[in-house]
Amino acid sequence: MKRFLLPLGVFTLLVIVLAVGIANAPKNGSKEIVSPLLGKAAPQFKLPQLSGSGAQLENTALLGGWHLVNVWGTWCVECRIEHEALLQIRNEGRVPIIGIDWKDEDSAALDWLSQLGNPYEAVATDHDGRVAIDWGVYAAPESFLVSPQGIIVEKLIGGMTMEVWHSRFLPHLAAPAPAIAKVGS
Amino acid sequence: MSRGRQLAALAALSASLWSTVLIAVDNTPPLPDPVMQQRYLGLTHELRCVQCQNEALADSNVSLAADLRLEIHDMLLAGKSDEEIRDYLVARYSEFILFRPRMNWHNAWLWAAPALMLLAGFGIAVRVMRKRASLPITDDDEPTSAA
Repeated sequence: MKRFLLPLGVFTLLVIVLAVGIANAPKNGSKEIVSPLLGKAAPQFKLPQLSGSGAQLENTALLGGWHLVNVWGTWCVECRIEHEALLQIRNEGRVPIIGIDWKDEDSAALDWLSQLGNPYEAVATDHDGRVAIDWGVYAAPESFLVSPQGIIVEKLIGGMTMEVWHSRFLPHLAAPAPAIAKVGS
Repeated sequence: MSRGRQLAALAALSASLWSTVLIAVDNTPPLPDPVMQQRYLGLTHELRCVQCQNEALADSNVSLAADLRLEIHDMLLAGKSDEEIRDYLVARYSEFILFRPRMNWHNAWLWAAPALMLLAGFGIAVRVMRKRASLPITDDDEPTSAA
């Protein structure tokens, strides 16, 4: 009996290791990367605005107030699904949304916004995808919450929903000054 | 068709299939310097395409992989070292982009595991040999437990 103890122990240990591994395995075969940019300053950018006026949009536009930076494209199916939530966030009026139109045609993007509604305060056009690389973007849509000091405090990979917005994003706005937030609400 | 001809035809066919695959994926213009091109190939094979996560950047035809290859290409031209390029990408996409993870405190045990297992195996071997050495020597080499 005693001689089985060691193999049984090793087997149990193996089962535990494998169970933990399977429990932590990425769903649907791909792993969501935790962005190393969380807690760091938003990467710099200077891109032409979608309006076609030739105006530039820079990351200094993010300073002084909370902003949601949303990376999207008209080729992106999930972006269409999240669009309704972005419009609702705009209507809430608490955080303006800055769009980064990723590897897209300007005309297609303008059509999209005129047909579906425009949730963005401003849209920067990243035609060659360099700024998206700087932001560590790998699958549109992605959304970043940027603090008034220009720090990325939250990131979502995948479509925005009101549930995620209220549970993961909005609480950050209240966090630094909870007393003031209570009076406001 | 003779056997030799068949084999030659098969070889030619498989070679042609292989070459199309090689041409298809990476459209980044080659670097002027062969040493640099070699470094480019090394980097794009050891960095992960974060979108299609089990492929290397070099093998992936996702547009983000093409963008990252171009970024690496341009950084090499700008005189950046391999380590600087890795750091640049790790700062944006986390260490997950490295197919060869770096050693750090939370994966150190993984690096130590082979040595520990070797030690454990050595310990078991010594114990078994000692046990056998202490068994009485008999002339009987028939298995006794068979019955």
